[in-house]
Amino acid sequence: MTAKQSPLQKASIIDVQTLDDLISTLAHAGYQVIGPRKQDDAIVYDTLRSAGDLPVGYADEQDGGKYRLVKARDGIYFDYVVGPQSWKRFLFPPHQKICQMRKQGKAFRIVEETAEPPCYAFFGVRACEIAAMKVQDKVFDNGTFADPGYLGKRNAAFIVAVNCGRAGGTCFCASMNTGPRAQGGFDLALTEIVEKKRHVFLIEAGSVRGSEILAKIPRRAATGEDTAAALAATDRAVKGMGRKMVEDVGPLLKRNLEHARWGEVAKRCLTCANCTMVCPTCFCSTVEDVTDLSGSNAERWRRWDSCFTMDFSYIHGGAVRRETSSRYRQWMTHKLSSWFEQFGTSGCVGCGRCITWCPVGIDITEEARAIWESEGRR
Amino acid sequence: MKEMTALKDPMVPAPFRIERVRKELSDTFTIDLVSAERRRAFSFLPGQFNMLYVFGVGEIPISISGDPADPETIVHTTRAVGSVTNAMWKLGAGQTIGVRGPFGTSWPVEKAEGLDVVIVTGGIGLAPLRPAIYQIMSNRAAYGNVCILYGARTPEDILFRKELEKWRGQFDLQVDVTVDYATGRWAGRVGVVTKLIGRGGFDPHQTVALVCGPEIMMRFAVEALAERGVPNERIYVSLERNMKCGIGFCGHCQLGGDFVCKDGPVFGFDKIAHKFAIQEL
Repeated sequence: MTAKQSPLQKASIIDVQTLDDLISTLAHAGYQVIGPRKQDDAIVYDTLRSAGDLPVGYADEQDGGKYRLVKARDGIYFDYVVGPQSWKRFLFPPHQKICQMRKQGKAFRIVEETAEPPCYAFFGVRACEIAAMKVQDKVFDNGTFADPGYLGKRNAAFIVAVNCGRAGGTCFCASMNTGPRAQGGFDLALTEIVEKKRHVFLIEAGSVRGSEILAKIPRRAATGEDTAAALAATDRAVKGMGRKMVEDVGPLLKRNLEHARWGEVAKRCLTCANCTMVCPTCFCSTVEDVTDLSGSNAERWRRWDSCFTMDFSYIHGGAVRRETSSRYRQWMTHKLSSWFEQFGTSGCVGCGRCITWCPVGIDITEEARAIWESEGRR
Repeated sequence: MKEMTALKDPMVPAPFRIERVRKELSDTFTIDLVSAERRRAFSFLPGQFNMLYVFGVGEIPISISGDPADPETIVHTTRAVGSVTNAMWKLGAGQTIGVRGPFGTSWPVEKAEGLDVVIVTGGIGLAPLRPAIYQIMSNRAAYGNVCILYGARTPEDILFRKELEKWRGQFDLQVDVTVDYATGRWAGRVGVVTKLIGRGGFDPHQTVALVCGPEIMMRFAVEALAERGVPNERIYVSLERNMKCGIGFCGHCQLGGDFVCKDGPVFGFDKIAHKFAIQEL
């Protein structure tokens, strides 16, 4: 709990109007500020020019297979939680050029390209999303190989966290120990304090560069009352969380690879891959090698892929995972079980996106619970 | 930040020049490569693979089939079964292929010293084992009995036939070849390769077994080896899975918690026996 206490002791209070100063200070410092915006009736992440771009006054209603933005409390900045996108799309873009090659006589050569990686400030990163970034950090630097594109963007990125004061309908971060309060991994962290007579943000610095940015905006020291109000906000989110992952799910799934539930969930699963596309930790990709019409210029692109497609496991002779049950099992056991073997951590951060965006509302916590209960637990 | 961009992207291939492409079988060819930049050494361990890229067509994992003692030429033997391998076969000397590698784990050639070695292989599975055979033969005195058990569909499908015949003519090697279907004037054995395991030639309690072939063949080979008394921890198999990166990033080759590209392709069978038993894992 010391980790929880210490940053709060150095916390400051800023007025809601100061959010705009924070965004402009980050922009002046050379960051491209990306944050939540309302687009097509969903919260997405896009460029923020000012605090006016934020979806103020909106909240989301989420459930299995359901997402609606609704007008909620006036003037509240962060009443919604996570939408269909995650920050993954900036650090590990859905479609990214790896290199370009040019034909030269019988041979070809690699065209050298040097581009500075974009310098992002991610504004409004939830605790589960910070956890997801830490998960992907282990994927893209596995000790033997590292992805310089990912690391360049990741190391440059400035993280402004927002601690959740409200749980979304499909959230289960509390049971994954990833939220709703960010425990490190941010440069600055905001907690929105909404009381009858005041509306302010508690702001904590989690790094040197965070303190440097904080020093440039108007603020005052937080009182004990302020920090108590901030902690109460995240406590409310914990209490409002309706879903929970069962305990020791990693070993549970590992010993149930041939459970009847896989066949049962396969009757509902459409293998549409939505869960893998919205998941902030799913990292599977494919490589596409293409040429222009002249055939003398080739490019290599990396594109997000999904273990739910038939092509994914194709080798000469056919796909390894033909059945829906095998593909669902691959996704869920990877996320919750074999990820520990690979990276020493869970691949699930409890953000709930896979539940919300599943067209048939398959709920990963419910699937795990079904297997758990089949072992005679309650 | 600058340092990071200077890091080499492991997904970018290095151009290698084709020295020779030769037909092995009706559907199988061998391609010899040398570094295009300069004749630099390319060291690899037997059982490892490279990602080979055909300009504008695509990239696939292929095991190295050459001699680890020759660091200048990289040799690959593959069947032409997909768009990349078919395009590769059409290339000729002087043209360029992109190479990333070598990747993956290797056959325990050094760990097998002092023991008998039995190699059980079928079809193109002989290609990733040939570097191990070369290495064992270059240090033959370090091993006990060495048996190569090889199965092909027909006599026309016997890979590296001249080499097998040469090895079979040596007094320090036992080479047994069988075919699924006898055609022409074949007077050798007919039947599955796993049947040869029971014939002996090695001491099951003092043997390392190296197994590579179709997954179903490997299952029966492991069963036959176990029946003879070879323990799982001295049986090694090489697995094939879809791979797009070779470095643990793309996720395609997962087998439970293992990435076949970096935790394999060569596995001690004791490490994966429980996974082998599960369908479509």
